[in-house]
Amino acid sequence: MTTLTETKSLVGAFTPEAFAAHLASLPPLPQWWLDRKRAAYDRFAALPMPSRTDESWRFSNIGALTLEGFALPAAVKSSPHTSIGIKKAAKLIFANGRLLSRELRTADLAARGVAIDSLQSALVNHEALVREHLLAQPTKLGSAKFTALHEAFLDDGAFVHVPRGVEIDDPIGIFSYALGPDAAIFPHTLVVAGDNSRACIIEYFGSGSDTEAQLAVGANDLYAGHGAQLTYIGKQDWSHRALSFQSNSTVVRRDARVQSLNLHLGARQARHESLSQLAAPGAFSEMLALTVAESGQEFDQRTLQIHQAPNTKSDLLYKNALRGASKTIFSGLIVVDADAQKTDAYQSNRNLMLSEEAEANSLPGLEIQANDVRCTHGATSSRIDPEQEFYLQSRGIAKEQADELLTFGFFEEVLSRLASDELHDALRALIQTKFKQ
Amino acid sequence: MSSLVIQDLHVAIGEKKIVKGFSLTINSGEVHAIMGPNGTGKSTLAKAIAGHPDYTITGGDVLLDGQSILAQEADERARAGLFLAFQYPSEIPGVSIANFLRAAVQARMAEGEEIDASGYYKRLYSKMDLLKIDRKFTSRSVNDGFSGGEKKRCEILQMAMLEPKFALMDETDSGLDIDALRIVADGVNVMRGPNLGVLMITHYQRLLDHIVPDHVHVMWDGRIVKSGDKSLALELEAKGYDWVKQELAAATA
Repeated sequence: MTTLTETKSLVGAFTPEAFAAHLASLPPLPQWWLDRKRAAYDRFAALPMPSRTDESWRFSNIGALTLEGFALPAAVKSSPHTSIGIKKAAKLIFANGRLLSRELRTADLAARGVAIDSLQSALVNHEALVREHLLAQPTKLGSAKFTALHEAFLDDGAFVHVPRGVEIDDPIGIFSYALGPDAAIFPHTLVVAGDNSRACIIEYFGSGSDTEAQLAVGANDLYAGHGAQLTYIGKQDWSHRALSFQSNSTVVRRDARVQSLNLHLGARQARHESLSQLAAPGAFSEMLALTVAESGQEFDQRTLQIHQAPNTKSDLLYKNALRGASKTIFSGLIVVDADAQKTDAYQSNRNLMLSEEAEANSLPGLEIQANDVRCTHGATSSRIDPEQEFYLQSRGIAKEQADELLTFGFFEEVLSRLASDELHDALRALIQTKFKQ
Repeated sequence: MSSLVIQDLHVAIGEKKIVKGFSLTINSGEVHAIMGPNGTGKSTLAKAIAGHPDYTITGGDVLLDGQSILAQEADERARAGLFLAFQYPSEIPGVSIANFLRAAVQARMAEGEEIDASGYYKRLYSKMDLLKIDRKFTSRSVNDGFSGGEKKRCEILQMAMLEPKFALMDETDSGLDIDALRIVADGVNVMRGPNLGVLMITHYQRLLDHIVPDHVHVMWDGRIVKSGDKSLALELEAKGYDWVKQELAAATA
C-alpha cells in the first residue's frame, strides 16, 4: 500500500502506463534515444519532488508544485497563432508537442545546408548531431526530476543546424502552443551553430486560452561552435494557470558569443533554469531576462555561469517588475574553474517593486577557484521614484501610465542590448500586452 | 480668456508652514514674475499648485477658469492646462523624449483616439528647431545625463508641445549660461501671447531682461509683500531685498 501511494505521488499523472502509451505513440526512432527515454523515466520516477530543505528550491512555493491532474493532450490539426511582427527566415509551429507547420521563407537555406526541422526528423536525418547535443549537459540547478520527465515524455521539438560559416540574417521562429485543459507538454529546441556561423532564434510559448490549467516542462540546448554568434530570444506567455518548468543549457566554444534574452510573462508558477558553460578561451555569454509578475504569479529563476577556460566572459542581467501580490526568486551562481584565469563575469538582478504586496528574493553567489579574475555581482530592489512619477504626472500622464513608462524605462537597459530595432520593438509590444490586461 | 486665481493659499510640508496666505490672479496673456530671496516659499508655491503629493494645502484655494483644482491629481491639473517647468527636472533613464512626449500628448486625447504619428513628429521637430535642439535628442532618455542648459531647453520643449493655459516656471534661469538663457527666453517669448499666462519664479533680474514681465511681485515669508511693474525688478536688482524687509518691518511695527 505504502509503496503504491509513494509511487503515485512521485509520478503524478505520469504513470508507467502513461509512459508506455507515449512510447507506443512515437514513430520509429533510433534505439539509443528510446533507451535514453526509458532510463530518463526511471530517474524521474525515482527522484523525489523538491522539498523545503532543498537549497536549490529555497523561497519556491514547493506546495504548489504538482504533477497530478494533467494528461498527455490529443494531437490537434490547427492552432491559434499570434504573429509577433518580425520578418523570419523560417518558422516552425508546434501544438501539443507535435509539428503543425514548417515554413522555410529564405530561399537558399537548404542549399546552404541549413537544417530547420522537427526533432523527430532530425533523429533520423541528423542522428549524430542530435545524439551529441540533445540533453547532453548536466542538470545542475535543482530540476533533475523535471528534466528527466521532459526527456521521458519529449514527443517532438525543434532542431536547427547552421553549418560552418553560414550566416542567417532574419530570425528563425519557433512557436509552441499548449491547447486544452490539463494539457501537459514537453517542448524542446536544439540549436547547433557551426563554427563561425550566425543565427537568431526566437522561441514563443503560448496557450490557447489564458485560463486553462496546464503543465509545460520544456528544455533547450544551445551550442555555439568556434566563433559562432547566436542570439536566442525566449518569450514565455503560457496560460496564467499553467505550471512551467524550463531548463536551458548553453555551451559556448572558443571566441563564440551567445546572447540570450528570456521574457517571462505567463504561467502561475514558472521555474526557469539557465546554465551557461564558457567552454573555451574567448567565449562570451550574455544572459538577459525580463519578467513582468502579476498578482498570483511566481517566477523562479536559477542561473549558473560556469567559466571552464581562461579569458572567458559572461554578463548576466535579470530584471523583474513586480505588480500586485506577485513573487520572484533569483538565484544565480558564478563558478570559475581553477584554470579559468582572466575570467570576466558579471551578474546582476534588479527588481522594481510596483506594489507593497510584491515579494522579490535574490540569492547571488560566487564560487571562484582561479586567482586572477574579475567577478562582480549584485542585487537590488527599488520602488518607483516618486519624483519621477510626479514629473510624468505633471505632464498630464496618469499614474498608471506613468508607472508603465517607468517600468519600460527600467527594462530598456536590457532591451537596448538587442542589436535589432525590430526585435526591440516587438518585445516592447509583447510586454505592453501584459499591461493592457 | 482663462484665469488662474490663487486665493489666500496656505501650504505646509509636514508640520512646517511654508506658504502663508498667498493671493494672485493671473489672466491669459500676462506674465507675472515672483521674486524673492531663498526660502520664502516660491518653489513650494509652484509645486503645490502643480499637485505635488508632498505638499499639503492647509487653506485657501486655486481656481482655474473658476474651478477649484485642489481635489485633482497632478495629471488632471496638467490636462486642465497647467504646466510646471521644474527647477530641477527629473532624470528618467530608459524613457526616450519621443515616447515620453507622445504619452503626454496621447493623454490629452479622447479615449480610443490615437495619436497621428507623422503629424506628431512634424510638430515635435518644428518645436525642436525653434529651440535649437538637435533632433537626435528625441531618442535620448529624458534629462538623463543632460547639461543644465539641455534640461531647461527640454522643459521648454515640453511646454511648447503641450500648449498649457498657464505655465509655472520655477527658476528656469538657474544653471544657464547666457547663450542657453537666451535660447530658453526666446522659446518662452515665442509662446507668449493671448493664450498663455506665465508665473515666472526667479531669483535674479537677469531672466527678466529677456522675458519682460507685465507684473513683478516680491515674495517674503510665504506671501506677496510688494507688487509693481518691471521697474520693481530693476529696483530689487539695484538695492537688494533688504529695503523691502525694512519697509515691511516699518509697516507692521
